[in-house]
Amino acid sequence: MIPVRRFDAIVVGAGGSGMRAALELARADLKVAVLSKVFPTRSHTVAAQGGIAAPLANSTEDNWHWHMYDTVKGSDYLGDQDAIEYMCRRANEVVVELEHMGMPFDRLENGKIYQRPFGGHTQDYGSSKMAMRSCAAADRTGHAMLHTLYQQNVRMNTQFFVEWMALDIIRDPQDGAVLGVTALEMETGEVFILQAKATLFATGGAGRIFYASTNAFINTGDGIGMAARAGFPLEDMEFWQFHPTGVYGAGVLITEGVRGEGGFLVNKDGERFMERYAPNAKDLASRDVVSRAMTTEIKEGRGCGPHADHVLLKLSHIKPEDIMQRLPGIREISIKFANADPIRDPIPVVPTVHYQMGGIPAKYTGHVVIPEGNNTDSIVPGFYAVGECACVSVHGANRLGTNSLLDLVVFGKSAGEQVIKDIKALPSPHRTLPKGAGDSTRARLARLDANAAGERVVDVLTDLRRAMQAHCGVFRFPDDLLKGVEKIKEIADRAQRTFIQDKSKVFNTARVEALELDNLIEAAMATIVSAEARKESRGAQARADFPDRDDKNWMKHTLWYKEGNRLSYKPVHLKPLTVDSFEPKVRTY
Amino acid sequence: MKISIYRYDPDKDEKPYMKEYDVELQHSDHMLLDALVRVKDMDDSFAFRRSCREGVCGSDAMNINGKNGLACVTKIADLKEPVMLRPLPGLPVIRDLIVDMTQFFKQYHSIKPYVINHDAPPERERLQSPAEREQLNGLYECILCACCSTACPSFWWNPDKFVGPAGLLQAYRFIADTRDQETAARLDNLEDPYRLFRCHSIMNCVDVCPKNLNPTQAIGKIKELMVRRMV
Repeated sequence: MIPVRRFDAIVVGAGGSGMRAALELARADLKVAVLSKVFPTRSHTVAAQGGIAAPLANSTEDNWHWHMYDTVKGSDYLGDQDAIEYMCRRANEVVVELEHMGMPFDRLENGKIYQRPFGGHTQDYGSSKMAMRSCAAADRTGHAMLHTLYQQNVRMNTQFFVEWMALDIIRDPQDGAVLGVTALEMETGEVFILQAKATLFATGGAGRIFYASTNAFINTGDGIGMAARAGFPLEDMEFWQFHPTGVYGAGVLITEGVRGEGGFLVNKDGERFMERYAPNAKDLASRDVVSRAMTTEIKEGRGCGPHADHVLLKLSHIKPEDIMQRLPGIREISIKFANADPIRDPIPVVPTVHYQMGGIPAKYTGHVVIPEGNNTDSIVPGFYAVGECACVSVHGANRLGTNSLLDLVVFGKSAGEQVIKDIKALPSPHRTLPKGAGDSTRARLARLDANAAGERVVDVLTDLRRAMQAHCGVFRFPDDLLKGVEKIKEIADRAQRTFIQDKSKVFNTARVEALELDNLIEAAMATIVSAEARKESRGAQARADFPDRDDKNWMKHTLWYKEGNRLSYKPVHLKPLTVDSFEPKVRTY
Repeated sequence: MKISIYRYDPDKDEKPYMKEYDVELQHSDHMLLDALVRVKDMDDSFAFRRSCREGVCGSDAMNINGKNGLACVTKIADLKEPVMLRPLPGLPVIRDLIVDMTQFFKQYHSIKPYVINHDAPPERERLQSPAEREQLNGLYECILCACCSTACPSFWWNPDKFVGPAGLLQAYRFIADTRDQETAARLDNLEDPYRLFRCHSIMNCVDVCPKNLNPTQAIGKIKELMVRRMV
């Protein structure tokens, strides 16, 4: 028998959204466990750079209506407008709270939070005037925010289970409710069932399915994989954001804040090419637009370097003292990873996978929702998802820079509030666990313990990442996608036969990586199958054979199910909570 | 590339040993972490922590040729071979390069690492001038990698009593924050023969910090405040 530990609520993941939720839960009198496979401040939120969006209007006139419009437009009209309104209306509140918690934002002369312009954030519903909406702590905003949230959790005595990896979801066969997870204590190799009345996933994205990625090693889509295996659909997984400025060769992120501070991209002729693609916003157009423009420049032979395979990000015209003050981390990264001091030299950059817009279908309350009968958004009892692993969907087909950190704190908070409400309404004893709870986890581990030969994890993983890179990039081609689906199926079969040499109980990272591969496989399969099926171009999905957005047939969310590799669709929420809808328009910047 | 790595798995090894690896590097491998990933590809039983691979998460701190650093921002070209890799000194080893950081975090927690302000929070942000905010630079950027504290002889001798450079840097980060109202209590908390005063300005911490921070200077400022409030 797997030992069982019981809690009121468990939070899986201790990045920005998980720790914001934990903080909310700490205010209630509940027994809460927060699991993280890394020490909380190692979570990938730490790598966010440029800022967090909030219409504080500290430097330019601003309000949540404009922010909402930009987010809807940025999403290429696939975002749910109720959720977007909810997020934008709560932005000022949650950012001011972060400041009160001690987050070290940069400051203006008048003492208010410093704000910088960012891609796609405008004044007056898309005018050519940019809004200064990104609240920044130099170019280390994610680090400042994550540490602040950790510190507040220390203050509130949150119970962390550090270096515990959640493995599988346990559901009640009666009504499909989520009853908890199985989890591996990495230091000892022991497996437990953590049972809870509320299970909140804040497990981050699966950016490691691509070969070139800005993402950390740990971004293996663990929540995505667990949800898929437990029978939940994954929403809009075809939409992956390619960040325009990953360091060429290394993949490390260079914030859009560089362009917010006045930097711009040039091709091999020294031409500031974004002026041709986005005459108004230029280098501060939305990320999908800039990444496509860069890829086009490179494809048409105007790339830089001996292989003409990247472009240059220039900021040498910015005053050195401004670079040192506003972009010190970028300078550090650029010197270390590109051998270029941006005070003098341009940084070689290339579009690099960065962010998963899709995920576990959820509402702005954090509730996970699935189709049931006529209801496309039926609430799953006991299951919540926030942050990058969730699809709320505020980012739709393309996320705006700085909206990710905002998403983390708004929905981390709202989900925490909702969990407290829901638990109070439940009877006090836990439900009885179903017979065989944890069996699937045991089987996965037993296979890894038993197999003495088979596929090496690293080989399968490398092939997976290369296949995704080749078949599902910035521009997507019909033959590539079809072949890609077949390739990923083959790779998924191989993943069933993986083996590890290391059979130790103690901190067995080979075992962890094998278990992570299972999750990456689900994320990759969902991505490529959904992308192949969507016969249009919208936001981050750019198909060569269907270059236009097709609102008549494709203004809908994809739902991918692992079982049968099957797809279904559900409508976009076009109706906001209180204001009028933003009708789809042709999207130009 | 030749790397010699400290190996110890309590599940099967009686005692630790050094294991030599000859790693075939690819042209895209520039940092020590890239080489470690290659080692792991050859020998999946080698255990180490890593995540962001850009020097901001603090996972892959280790002792590299006798000096603490982060593998992900240490250039292979700068290293003398064979590269000797050991776990961070002074902390219990769980396995291979993975150390138990409980004591390190306990000290960090002991300085109350959060802004304490007793006034009712205002509607909007608390104000802070750019000059006041500037005081936090060189402090808040700490990534809790423990390179500094585990390079400090005073921390080796008294990890349970001496806060260590990382914790003290953060102690000063909150003293320096104009939004914090607990400077006196924070100083009281460090007024002790060990917690602060075991620092003898050896400055190993400054030498190894991968973020170029200066804990010794911060400790000096705390000591100065202590002296100033006594006279």
